[in-house]
Amino acid sequence: MLRIKCPICGLRDETEFTYGADAIVRRPDMDETNPQDWLNYVFYRDDPKGPHKEYWHHVQGCRQWLVLERNTLSHEIGACRLAREVPK
Amino acid sequence: MTSSRLSTGGRIDRSTVLKMTFDGRSIVGHPGDTLASALLANDENVIARSFKYHRARGIYTAGVEEPNALVQLRYGARTEPNTPATTVMAYEGLEAFGQNAWPNVRLDVGVVNQLLSPFMSAGFYYKTFVGPFKGTGFWMLCEKIIRQAAGMGRGVTLDDPDTYEKVNAFCDVLVIGSGPAGLSAALAAGRAGAKVILVEQDSTLGGSLLSAPVGGDGDAWLDKMKAELTAMDNVQILTRSTVFGAYEQNVYGVIERVWDHVLAPPAHQPRQRYWQIRTKQAVMATGAIERNMVFGGNDKPGVMLASAARTYVNRFAVLPGRRVVVATNNDSAYAAALDLANAGSSVTLVDARTQVPEKLLDSLKASGVKVLLGHGVLTAKGRGGVSAATVTTISPDGRATGTARHIPCDLLAVSGGWSPVVHLWSQRGNKPVFNSAKACFVPVNSAIETMKCAGASMAADGSVVAVAQGFSAGATAAIDVKAKNSSGDAPIAPKVSHGDDWGRDLLSINTITDDNGKTRGKAFIDLQHDIKQSDIDLAYREGYVSVEHLKRYTTTGMATDQGKLSNFNALSQMAMLQGVPISDVGTTVFRPPYTPIALGAIVGREHGTHFRPTRLTPLHDWHVNNGAIVSEAGAWMRPQYYPERGEGLREAYIREASHVRKHVGMIDVSTLGKIAVQGPDSAEFLNRVYVNGWKMLPVGRLRYGVMLREDGIVMDDGATARLGEHDYFMSTTTANAAKVLALGEHLLQTAWKDLKVHLTTITDQWAVIAVAGPKSRDLLGAVSSGADLSRDALPNNHFVHGEIAGVTVRIHRMSYSGELAYEVYIPSGFGHHVWDALISAGVPYNLCPYGTEAMGALRIEKGHVAGPELDGRTTMKDLGLEGLASGKKPFVGSVLRNRPVLIHQSRPCLVGLEIEGDQGAQAGSLLYLDTGPTEGHGEGWVSSATYSPALGKNIALSLLQNGPERLGETIRVVNFVGGTRQRAKVVSPHFFDPSGVRQND
Repeated sequence: MLRIKCPICGLRDETEFTYGADAIVRRPDMDETNPQDWLNYVFYRDDPKGPHKEYWHHVQGCRQWLVLERNTLSHEIGACRLAREVPK
Repeated sequence: MTSSRLSTGGRIDRSTVLKMTFDGRSIVGHPGDTLASALLANDENVIARSFKYHRARGIYTAGVEEPNALVQLRYGARTEPNTPATTVMAYEGLEAFGQNAWPNVRLDVGVVNQLLSPFMSAGFYYKTFVGPFKGTGFWMLCEKIIRQAAGMGRGVTLDDPDTYEKVNAFCDVLVIGSGPAGLSAALAAGRAGAKVILVEQDSTLGGSLLSAPVGGDGDAWLDKMKAELTAMDNVQILTRSTVFGAYEQNVYGVIERVWDHVLAPPAHQPRQRYWQIRTKQAVMATGAIERNMVFGGNDKPGVMLASAARTYVNRFAVLPGRRVVVATNNDSAYAAALDLANAGSSVTLVDARTQVPEKLLDSLKASGVKVLLGHGVLTAKGRGGVSAATVTTISPDGRATGTARHIPCDLLAVSGGWSPVVHLWSQRGNKPVFNSAKACFVPVNSAIETMKCAGASMAADGSVVAVAQGFSAGATAAIDVKAKNSSGDAPIAPKVSHGDDWGRDLLSINTITDDNGKTRGKAFIDLQHDIKQSDIDLAYREGYVSVEHLKRYTTTGMATDQGKLSNFNALSQMAMLQGVPISDVGTTVFRPPYTPIALGAIVGREHGTHFRPTRLTPLHDWHVNNGAIVSEAGAWMRPQYYPERGEGLREAYIREASHVRKHVGMIDVSTLGKIAVQGPDSAEFLNRVYVNGWKMLPVGRLRYGVMLREDGIVMDDGATARLGEHDYFMSTTTANAAKVLALGEHLLQTAWKDLKVHLTTITDQWAVIAVAGPKSRDLLGAVSSGADLSRDALPNNHFVHGEIAGVTVRIHRMSYSGELAYEVYIPSGFGHHVWDALISAGVPYNLCPYGTEAMGALRIEKGHVAGPELDGRTTMKDLGLEGLASGKKPFVGSVLRNRPVLIHQSRPCLVGLEIEGDQGAQAGSLLYLDTGPTEGHGEGWVSSATYSPALGKNIALSLLQNGPERLGETIRVVNFVGGTRQRAKVVSPHFFDPSGVRQND
């Protein structure tokens, strides 16, 4: 089980969170009309072996979306920041 | 094998006699016994039959690594199959049964399976999938016979009568194992002031010290350590508890067997307790497991690990044999030989090595043990049990070089070296490395910063080193967690004569063969899965050389003991065949659990109604008290119908739906998802998440909207009201409330950070009552005050505040049923009060409550889509909602909804069906041309079906290819599940009052 240090609530069990999505991808601007950009955002994902950034939702806590650094190989957890404070 | 209880010694309480049974025969034991030691004390030697060949098997070990002596423990609902007798504490009334045998383990007709052994070699199961028998009835027959014949104990389908509980625990230092290393670690960390949890799987602390003769130096040391540890408030000791899993972030899973050592747990006590321990540091002091040797008949009752024989003599005061041959390739078995001889056995020690330290030989001189150096045991002779060992001189690679001779014996105690218990360390994703000096795989202590290994699990040489390693690991762990105080001096390790259960000076011979390199007779590697050395050889010849392939092809190490005893021998045989060092072969990956655990303990109390929360609306009690039949809708309980005078579901919903169209009805729709959308950019937010426009919606109005997923598929629909300038009240479907909220939060916190909007779930803050029917305005007008409900003042999609029975409520005018209808929003706490007021005021209007089934019938008559249509596959166009989408603005999914596959002409689209005949259609039925083959997935499917009281027909909503162009066509409705075939006419989905005269009244 992972333990995640939520910037608002502190160190909490993984069971309080839900995995959201790959935090590397960037949502196109609302007025983007190129379908390929949207396909890339919705469907295309890298599958990195090693350090990765993921969205996690503290759904049973402060309900903040977090950007969590996680190593997909070792499950090592790195920095955890509020998504709204991470530059695009 | 003739075993018996010694009159003195042992760590048992002879003053109490425990009566137990095995296969119906009485056995007696004492507190301190295990079931295995009690069985041996009662001269029960055949305990089980083997997995494939039904060979007689006895007790092989004295611990969790036991591969043979698996029993069916207890009976009825409390029965537990495949329980190692070596891990069961003796208790009064214990009942155990032999398994995988008929009529019993002593006389088992299944033993004829041995004749089939040529067909049950490695990979036999896979081989039956190919070749001449592939896909034939013969294969099916073979499978059936094999499954019947091969097997273990039987599970039961009865409910578990016991309870289990779960504990969350936190500590600074978790110490796993309580041998010399573990106790020293706990002491060091405890003295430093760290919060320590010490976990021991055995019933008492001591580890390997418990196997030494009673009254030695080790006992005094153990007492001193226990006294100091139990006096510390910051040290918690858990015995009968197994750390079964090591997880990321220093989380450990532990099962405490709270009341497994009695017939049944006392009232209100849990049988087992599942601990989730979050620690900062861990010390793994899990010891080592002795390995056996591979030779013909090495599985027979009477063959036992040397360390186990020693444990039975010293700890349990059971002499497991009178004439003993000890076979070894290392030093540790000399202690067993000595202790067996001192207890009265005549012992011959057969050592594969030609030279051993003089000190060892001296130690045996006074005991009368005969020692044969440079010898090995080629085969164990005897029917049912060992009666002699065939002994021969051997070459350094384990081949017989001389004439074999029989040494009569009833116990053959073997030691092939020791394997550190690296499991927990390895579970964290690490592979142990091979230490050739000690011929075993050991952990790399630097691999995990927060886990230190000590003692025999690190292949430490004896208890002096183990104590030093343990103390140092405990002190370091405590420093790392910044505990205060000093740890004092390390305890002085006990002097244990020959008791250092460690295989020094090991000669790497695990297999004894004839001079042609073949074992004599069946030589087993994995005893529990009946994997012979020849199976490993066969796998190698067939190309399965990687350890992972070898494991799966032969199933070696895949039994309930997970190869604790056998893995090393399988690996070393593969290394020998490949001609590479064992380090090149490597190990397989260890995964939790270390030993089998009861699923009930993991489940704890989270089963039945406690599996997940049950959500009840504020009106739930009224529904139940008034005879409603409630049904589950996700986590919610909702009234499905209110039967009158013995009505069934069908009669009731038809009556309720008819009543709504004629008079007035009301339904509890509090389960609707409700989200407060607040902030200056709320309109912009709504404009982006809904397909339709929201910028022009004035305060006091509400609007129906549809949301798409990012990929352009319809996600949800619902109405949102504008309560104030920056204050909107969004409603979602019952099922999608959480999903919509999470998506909104995600977009606002990641992509739309510039929007000043806050979302709050308010689902539970509001009770909602839908009042529908031609008399709804009259009823609400009569019961409320302060609200003008007249047609002109409150048209559709408007709302107004008013008061009902002293409660301020909000009344939305909108219709789901197609009738003149309102939704009354009430603060939850007053929901019941307002419902009661409506019921009382409703009498003159013939008000009747209706359930979700009638609601469904009414919405199908109107062609409104709901969950069955919003199934995650449908687009707006599919559902006839295309007209809602704004072309003037982008919204979530607005680009991807136009993907070619989503706008393809032939996609199934929403239509209505009028079913011919008296029977209704079943949702999920497939649609086929009226004349044509019934092939493939058809041209569409039925999504929702009902009897329509308004039309007097059975109707359905369905999705049909080119549906809107096929009105009037007759198609076939085929339900493969129920086996029914019907005909139906394709019609518009707006069955009833298509122009909406009634709802706009």
